[in-house]
Amino acid sequence: MKALSQRRRHPLAAIALLLMALLMVGAIYSAASSANQAQAQTESFSANDAEEGEKLFAANCASCHGLGASGSSAGPSLVGVGAASVDFQVGSGRMPLQMDGPQAQVKPVQFTEEQTRQLAAYVATLGAGPAIPDEEILDASEGDPANGGELFRVNCAMCHNAAAAGGALTRGKFAPSLEGSSEKHIYEAMVTGPQNMPVFNDANISPEDKQDVIAFLKTIEEQGSPGGADLGSLGPVSEGLFIWVAGLGVVIAFTVWLTSRSS
Amino acid sequence: MSSSTAINAYQPKTRVGRVTNFVDSRVGGSGMVKEFGRKIFPDHWTFMFGEVALYTFVILLISGTFLTFFFDPSMAETHYEGSYLPLRGVEMSVAYASSLDISFDVRGGLFMRQVHHWSALLFVAANAVHMLRVFFTGAFRRPRELNWVVGTTLLIMGLAAGFTGYSLPDDLLSGNGLRIIDGVVKSIPVIGTYISFFLFGGEFPGTAIIGRLYVLHILLIPAVILLLIGIHLFMVVIHKHTQYPGPGRTNTNVVGYPVGPVYAAKAGGFFFIVFGIVAAISAAFTINPIWNYGPYDPSPVSAGTQPDWYIGWVDGALRLMPGTVGSNWDFEWNIPFPWGVNTLSLNVLFPALVPAGIVFTLMLAWPWIESWVTKDKREHHLLDRPRNAPTRTAVGVAGVVFYCVMWAAASSDLIATHFLVSLNDVTYWLRILVIVGPVIGFMIARRVALALQRKDREIALHGRETGRIVRLPHGEFIEVHEPVDEYKRYQLVSFESPEAYAPVADGNGHVSRSEKLRSRASRFFFEDRVAPVTPSELHASHSGHHGEIANTQDRESIASH
Repeated sequence: MKALSQRRRHPLAAIALLLMALLMVGAIYSAASSANQAQAQTESFSANDAEEGEKLFAANCASCHGLGASGSSAGPSLVGVGAASVDFQVGSGRMPLQMDGPQAQVKPVQFTEEQTRQLAAYVATLGAGPAIPDEEILDASEGDPANGGELFRVNCAMCHNAAAAGGALTRGKFAPSLEGSSEKHIYEAMVTGPQNMPVFNDANISPEDKQDVIAFLKTIEEQGSPGGADLGSLGPVSEGLFIWVAGLGVVIAFTVWLTSRSS
Repeated sequence: MSSSTAINAYQPKTRVGRVTNFVDSRVGGSGMVKEFGRKIFPDHWTFMFGEVALYTFVILLISGTFLTFFFDPSMAETHYEGSYLPLRGVEMSVAYASSLDISFDVRGGLFMRQVHHWSALLFVAANAVHMLRVFFTGAFRRPRELNWVVGTTLLIMGLAAGFTGYSLPDDLLSGNGLRIIDGVVKSIPVIGTYISFFLFGGEFPGTAIIGRLYVLHILLIPAVILLLIGIHLFMVVIHKHTQYPGPGRTNTNVVGYPVGPVYAAKAGGFFFIVFGIVAAISAAFTINPIWNYGPYDPSPVSAGTQPDWYIGWVDGALRLMPGTVGSNWDFEWNIPFPWGVNTLSLNVLFPALVPAGIVFTLMLAWPWIESWVTKDKREHHLLDRPRNAPTRTAVGVAGVVFYCVMWAAASSDLIATHFLVSLNDVTYWLRILVIVGPVIGFMIARRVALALQRKDREIALHGRETGRIVRLPHGEFIEVHEPVDEYKRYQLVSFESPEAYAPVADGNGHVSRSEKLRSRASRFFFEDRVAPVTPSELHASHSGHHGEIANTQDRESIASH
């Protein structure tokens, strides 16, 4: 103790102190960020899955994402993106990319569920990341749609539209309609933040709250539109277009009929 | 006195007759029926949009009264306990909760809400189309200038009624709309913040605005609209209805059917047709699904947030306005004053007020602008065909293009997602179009109108091209022209076509500046002109034809086919 206090005015003391502080901040940060990590790897992949996945990856993905998924000028590194990311991008048909553009478009799914699982297993071995969610957290019937609706309006509606019908972003990018998206993909999108979507990690929206959001989306999807045809749920624009084209069109047809002379 | 003895002398024989006579001898109904029943209205489908506006307004009054039975314009906080599951237990205002109750727990409530909203959209649309008809046919000219002003005021009141109604349910969409209004009000220099605080009873959103808008929406604005409709229709009766030009139609008569029985039946039936159309739409198509939007909360703004169509152009102007130009020019000016820095937000103030100001000022002033240019102070009861007033038509088209570009800009996000283009590009193009579009629209419309006049002239002089090619005995090919009948030709030749005039000097031989300006405007209006066919031209062309045709018997027979 005495030795320590004697050296407190040593020229290197300040540096040592700074180093200690940095280490401490780093340690706290890593502890905190791992707490924020969306779940631990719960689904266990076999070593065989990862091996098969690596082969599939080399054949189908490496031309852009690079060998070993370390990234290239054509595609980002996939180290640490997690199995959920692969399951979402490949499972929803966004990857392999159809064409260059502002944003990956959905197209028919290119891999079987087994192959998707193998690819996810391989990418998961590259670094820790969000895992594919458990079945039980995806059960919409367990969630609270009212709470989910509030979370959706506060966090999601500004891009996806209050009725989840989708919306525009800058420069040709867009937030897609969520109609027909599976519970699993909705959850994975929240934890991985695909395309331009922000990541909603477990500290931001807890897994239970995510379940509520899914419950809300599934409720409004299943209940349909209580007031009749929803005209795309696009709000006043489609309503205005409808009244001008269909409403006024029918009115004009009647005015012509009423003022026509009987021949 | 003699009339009253005449009525007393009349003894009806049937029970109905006695009741009718009782009423008539006390309110003088037969006099009114005699007067109005013989009122003549001309028949044309474009004359019926005003009626559509009137009928949708009646539908609005009926459905709106139903809604007031159940709507509670309170901004007190409550928790929704109604039957719509995804909102149950959510904290919201009483106004929104009662709107949801109307939608889900009042029998027929959702239908009536949709009837009210759909007919509101149709009301303003019918107003707009009616005004376009009046403008393009020149029906606003003397003696109807003031009625045009009343009509424009009705349109503005229609917008006010629509906007206040849109804001009542206190859902997210309506709250977003109010927030924009709040922003626009606050951008007014010096007094903006005071007006905003007065309007909202404190800082936005406060707890007063829904109740205040409710009073405006169900009391003041409908009362003003009713009064204006009364004035509007009274003036229509005084002025008589305009008519399209045609044989036998003059400035001093009206050719058509009397109100009783023809128009009374047609108009009465048409009311039910319009009501039926609105009801059918309301039964099958949802409008303003407030349950989708959730309760208002100042933090979220949903994608696809737009006002109803008639406010769209102002929203579009706001979307088109750049905040900065280049890297230096900023539309937000911070002006230092002795008491501190005041902010002038031109990026909000300019788009929100200037385009609407231009459009409404021009609309209100147009009858006087035109009569100033043409020096035409005569009464006009015969309408113009739009092609026969090329510059007026072109001005109207320019206005429509200006409006429609801003209107389209309000849906720029949906244009981007549905046509797979970049939102930024949509905005850039529309910015260019909002300035260039009206000019191009003006030029094209004027050229098209003049070209149609030339075509009319050609048809009046030489008849209609039949497409029948005939080879004459000596080998010449001709296309047979069929002369138009007299009734049709009357329409093609009987219109006024003013000519540009030189400035006129006053008594002292001095040409005033305003006279020079007027002459310049007159040149702009009437320099490009297709002269209508004169009787002598007509005669010459006919005798020419007869001369040709008389050459051979063959031609005579061809022409008569």
